[in-house]
Amino acid sequence: MPSAGNATIERAADGERVVVRGDWTLAHATMLADRVATLRRQLSADVRVDAGGIGRVDTAGARLLLDLGGTNVISGLDADRRALFDAVAAIQTVPATSLLRDTGLVALLARTGAATEQIARDGWQLLGFIGLVLATLARCLFDPRRWRVTSLMFHLEQTGLDAVPIVVLLNFLVGAVVAFLGATVLKDFGASIFTVELIGYSFLREFGVLLTAIMVAGRSGSAFTAQIGSMKSREEIDAIRTLGLDPIEVLVLPRVLALLIAMPLLTFLAMLAGIVGGAAVCALSLDISPTMFITRFHDLGAVRHFWVGMSKAPLFAFLIAAIGCLEGFKVSGSAESVGSHTTSSVVQAIFVAILVDALAAIFYMEIGI
Amino acid sequence: MTERDKVIEVRDLHNQFGSQVVHDHLDLDVYRGEILGVVGGSGSGKSVLLRSIIGLNRPAAGSIKLFGEEMGRISDKRRSEIEQRCGVLFQNGALFSSLSVADNVMVSMREHFDLPQALMDRLAALKIGLAGLPAEAGTKFPSQLSGGMIKRAALARSLALDPDILFLDEPTAGLDPIGAAAFDQLILTLRESLGLTVFLITHDLDTLYTICDRVAVISQKRVLVADTLERVENYDDTWVRDYFQGPRGRAAEGAAIRLQRSKNTAAAAAPTTAKP
Repeated sequence: MPSAGNATIERAADGERVVVRGDWTLAHATMLADRVATLRRQLSADVRVDAGGIGRVDTAGARLLLDLGGTNVISGLDADRRALFDAVAAIQTVPATSLLRDTGLVALLARTGAATEQIARDGWQLLGFIGLVLATLARCLFDPRRWRVTSLMFHLEQTGLDAVPIVVLLNFLVGAVVAFLGATVLKDFGASIFTVELIGYSFLREFGVLLTAIMVAGRSGSAFTAQIGSMKSREEIDAIRTLGLDPIEVLVLPRVLALLIAMPLLTFLAMLAGIVGGAAVCALSLDISPTMFITRFHDLGAVRHFWVGMSKAPLFAFLIAAIGCLEGFKVSGSAESVGSHTTSSVVQAIFVAILVDALAAIFYMEIGI
Repeated sequence: MTERDKVIEVRDLHNQFGSQVVHDHLDLDVYRGEILGVVGGSGSGKSVLLRSIIGLNRPAAGSIKLFGEEMGRISDKRRSEIEQRCGVLFQNGALFSSLSVADNVMVSMREHFDLPQALMDRLAALKIGLAGLPAEAGTKFPSQLSGGMIKRAALARSLALDPDILFLDEPTAGLDPIGAAAFDQLILTLRESLGLTVFLITHDLDTLYTICDRVAVISQKRVLVADTLERVENYDDTWVRDYFQGPRGRAAEGAAIRLQRSKNTAAAAAPTTAKP
């Protein structure tokens, strides 16, 4: 019958001894640890332990019992248990102190400094990687035998065609929302008709390309990191190198080129979807008929704004693909590393896209387009 | 052979994936306190057998008894209690990569028992030590460990709840000969000191010759023979003969015999040298 272990002090003529009974197992460990701690306070230095009446015992129980004294003071063990106690006693159980995070002010400054340096390093590394990709691209461009058409087509489908529904739907909805917002504000001035300008400007110049970039960073940039990262962690990248192939040429170029082609096409669709979304709201709730919308749109000089927006698409595409691939190459070892680099890839890509978009907005404003 | 306590009893096991039959009327007994080596060609269903016994794979038919209890017919609670008495070392360790080695060992303690943190820290250090790792290894993460250390860390985790049965899936695969021999000895030592029953899948002939009490050969979808090594070696089957009588088998046997002989010599010499 299983019963929780116990230990009591018995005083005989030849001194005191601890008599151990019951099961000394992990299930009762908390209680037994308390009991052992209490006994240790009461006992004199030269203690004897009688374990003749002990029930089941495991490593946890043996460890606790050994806290009362070494193996030589414990009597009444059979051979099997003696072996267990010897094995447990042979091992130091002072756990290695874990590296706790220093929370002092100096440490905070040190971490801030290290993080800043890391950002600078990452930026430098990204520039180096972009250079490497461009150099490889230049080498392969004039050598049709090294074009990887199958791989390019595969990635074109994955990053381009498969992204069409989500990009179109998203832009349609945002177009509708922008139209509603514009209408609400402009109505007070009796200028609802300017909603057409609002939608035209925002989607052709900014929203079409930016929303596409964010979607592509989340969809394709992360996929690039995960694909290359898992190859890296399984040493497939090293295998590619030892086969005399260039991983940049085999893995990165098809992805970069695919995104360079897919992104402008997606951006075009995004612009259309946003404008259609806006036009739908105009027609349904603002009494601006589609004919009127189109006429007004023609007067906008839309082509100029279209090219402003479109000019950013390849740039974003290149940056997103480069960041996605580079983060993939940074993966080391574990599956967790793949996850953290994928997150990092998406965050960086969206950050860079918005940053570059802001810089481009200032640039175009300054040169007056 | 005297009647011994069966801790694992597999009867009429049938496993099938699609149209591919893996096990057909497979019977196997594992006795308390023994180290059973399971061998078989690649794809013969060794790992599937292990997964069936520990309940990761529901067999198509047949019965599996652990500690005398039919695993398919007991309540989830009882099943969980029995699973706690089984430690499993997966082929690639299967350590949780986001936890340190000590935390890996503590996972099951934390889940099943309400222990104070200080006690868990000490017990984790104990298991890590039992598995033959230095104490500093506890703070490391699996990605920082070498292949041999990962196996030992995984062994420490499988020992966390003081299991009665230890399941090992190719524990010495991918280790260098010195590391593999040390691991073999470690398993022997743990069996002696903790009173474990060990179910061991292996391709390593040295392991078979040095530590296994009995060997079960899986071939033709069932356990062809399960007996002591001498009897298995002489079993009349082409595959078994090729396996044990091939060049590698003979080399391993020779090495094991030499090892035994040198131990005997040392033991014979000991009384004279040990006298003060």
